Amino acid sequence: MSRIAKTFHSLKISNKKALIPFFTAGDPSPDLTVSIMHSLVKAGADIIELGVPFSDPMADGPVIQRSSERALAKKTDLRMVLNFVEEFRSTDMTTPVVLMGYANPIEAIGYTDFANLCKHAGVDGVLVVDYPPEEGGELNIQLKKQAVDSIYLLAPTSTTKRMKEVAKTAGGYVYYVSLKGVTGATNLDIESVAKRIPEIKKEIDLPVGVGFGIRDTKTAKSVAGVSDAVVIGSRIVEEIESSPKDKIEENLYLLVSDIRKAIDEPS
Amino acid sequence: MQMNEPLSNYNLPDGEGHYGPYGGVFVAETLMHALEDLRKNYHTLRQDKAFMEEFSSELKNYVGRPSPIYYAKRLSEEIGGAQIWLKREDLNHTGAHKINNTMGQALLARHMGKTRIIAETGAGQHGVASATVAARYGMDCVVYMGSEDIKRQATNVYRMKLLGAKVVPVESGSRTLKDALNEAMRDWVTNVSDTFYIIGTVAGPHPYPMMVRDFNSVVGEEIKKQMPEQIGRHPDAIVACVGGGSNAMGVFYPYIENQDVELIGVEAGGSGIETGKHAATLCAGRPGVLHGNRTYLIQDSNGQIVETHSISAGLDYPGVGPEHSWLKDNGRAEYVSVTDQEALDAFHKLTRVEGIIPALETAHAIAHAIKIAPSHQKNKVILVNLSGRGDKDMDTVAKVSGIKL
Ligand SMILES: Cc1ncc(COP(=O)(O)O)c(C=O)c1O
Repeated sequence: MSRIAKTFHSLKISNKKALIPFFTAGDPSPDLTVSIMHSLVKAGADIIELGVPFSDPMADGPVIQRSSERALAKKTDLRMVLNFVEEFRSTDMTTPVVLMGYANPIEAIGYTDFANLCKHAGVDGVLVVDYPPEEGGELNIQLKKQAVDSIYLLAPTSTTKRMKEVAKTAGGYVYYVSLKGVTGATNLDIESVAKRIPEIKKEIDLPVGVGFGIRDTKTAKSVAGVSDAVVIGSRIVEEIESSPKDKIEENLYLLVSDIRKAIDEPS
Repeated sequence: MQMNEPLSNYNLPDGEGHYGPYGGVFVAETLMHALEDLRKNYHTLRQDKAFMEEFSSELKNYVGRPSPIYYAKRLSEEIGGAQIWLKREDLNHTGAHKINNTMGQALLARHMGKTRIIAETGAGQHGVASATVAARYGMDCVVYMGSEDIKRQATNVYRMKLLGAKVVPVESGSRTLKDALNEAMRDWVTNVSDTFYIIGTVAGPHPYPMMVRDFNSVVGEEIKKQMPEQIGRHPDAIVACVGGGSNAMGVFYPYIENQDVELIGVEAGGSGIETGKHAATLCAGRPGVLHGNRTYLIQDSNGQIVETHSISAGLDYPGVGPEHSWLKDNGRAEYVSVTDQEALDAFHKLTRVEGIIPALETAHAIAHAIKIAPSHQKNKVILVNLSGRGDKDMDTVAKVSGIKL
């Protein structure tokens, strides 16, 4: 069983939902990335989504755009991100790490090499925002060879036909984008999310995580009530942005452990 | 398609928007539905006689088509060698070829029941053309423009505002055209139900490169009628500047099958390719994925998009339309670059010798024609697509000449 499958399996046994924080590798500086990962785990993260910075993050709102710019200003590149994961793995063998980013840095390395490097570093899943299943086929094949999951997004506008398409190649979990818009937006509608998840589950036999627009304990809790995983991105990145460097880990710990508590509380 | 397969039955893109290995739909799932909707609607309307007649009639009566072709006799004689002819897209309403495409897309938007138009712009020409058609059809219009470009193109910003558009400065990334495109995409995913995104060049995810090419092909189709009327045959070479590549694609596309007509795209060489300060994507870039398609890009070894440089904001783009990438690889078209200085010299030359002030983008194409004309006989005909007029560039040209207006 893969690390991601194992994680969801044991959560299910203890009747819990997964908490998946996202932040951009290299933000605010590369020397902090691995320790931020560890402190997120300490605070109760089940899976870590590690953003790979890109110069043109088309699907991201201003908060994550700025984090990408900060990471790039510190010369963070995809090979470095893979090294962060390898370093993280030397002391944490159980927490799955998913890389989330855009196609071009992967194209620059090449699919085969990238998949090998993922395997070697201990990456468990890869979510490439701008590879829909139609275009991600070649990378998929290489990732599959290395037993790395391809994670896909689904949107409020995804048709059943598209869900079936995603079902053919998706692994790990699927990531349901809870609103029309970019990361960091605030108009999450819990009722429509609750309605969509069973429709997705009917087509895809994987856990469903929900993200985009989860900013507080209350929303996190209600999303956890209707899904398998809660993904929190912009709110985490905001905390990194607004904290002095030496307070980042402490502040993230407080933020994430609060959310952990909220989603674990029986409703 | 292989390199040497006949281009006479050229029929690209394929159903998923691919031109050989290029093009495609590289976007987040959040946009897939909107693109499919667009694809279906465009496919239907393309075959709808009433729609195509409406488009033609708007081009004729509002844009002022067909634009003439003109033999630049004095220029040709001064340079010596081949005859240089000009396709006068500068005479269109709003002063450039951009209006052909915005008109087509605005009509499509109307047919799809969309009430709000968004666009990205670099030089401001596409923004002005979008604001113009929005005013023409009474639609709301928001134009995204990098804050750097807003500084460089103040007059066009004011024109857009006069036309009733809202101009939104983009502060992310390099604050230029590519970032404006990112921001427009973000707006589109957020407001997809009432909003139509008019992309200004043959880039973006399928169906945009095809659609923008088709709408601009009216230019090449006209040339195909006009040249034989004037000289009894087709030109020997067609030269066009390439930013994203829409004016070039519009004149190349109808001629792809005419293999004895040379197709030459001219990119912005900036301070010179060797200086790294340029926007010559096909000459100096390598393939990758940006803005929804696979194409040549100016990027670093890590796949990050690099800031480009050109004296003309309209060519200052690190990507290029995917069909151009394919035409380069299969050898049907040739791509070259000219520097800022060469473009400026050509700008002044055409202005003084023919009384035609070209856009700085267009001046790149003129510069290349001036470069190659002397090595040909007088019976050779080079047709340059004069994609736009230079009124918008007065400030830039005055500034580099050390003149304060
Ligand atoms: C007059 C003119 N020509 C050319 C271009 C470059 O665009 P494209 O390569 O899409 O024709 C522009 C862009 O603003 C323009 O204004």
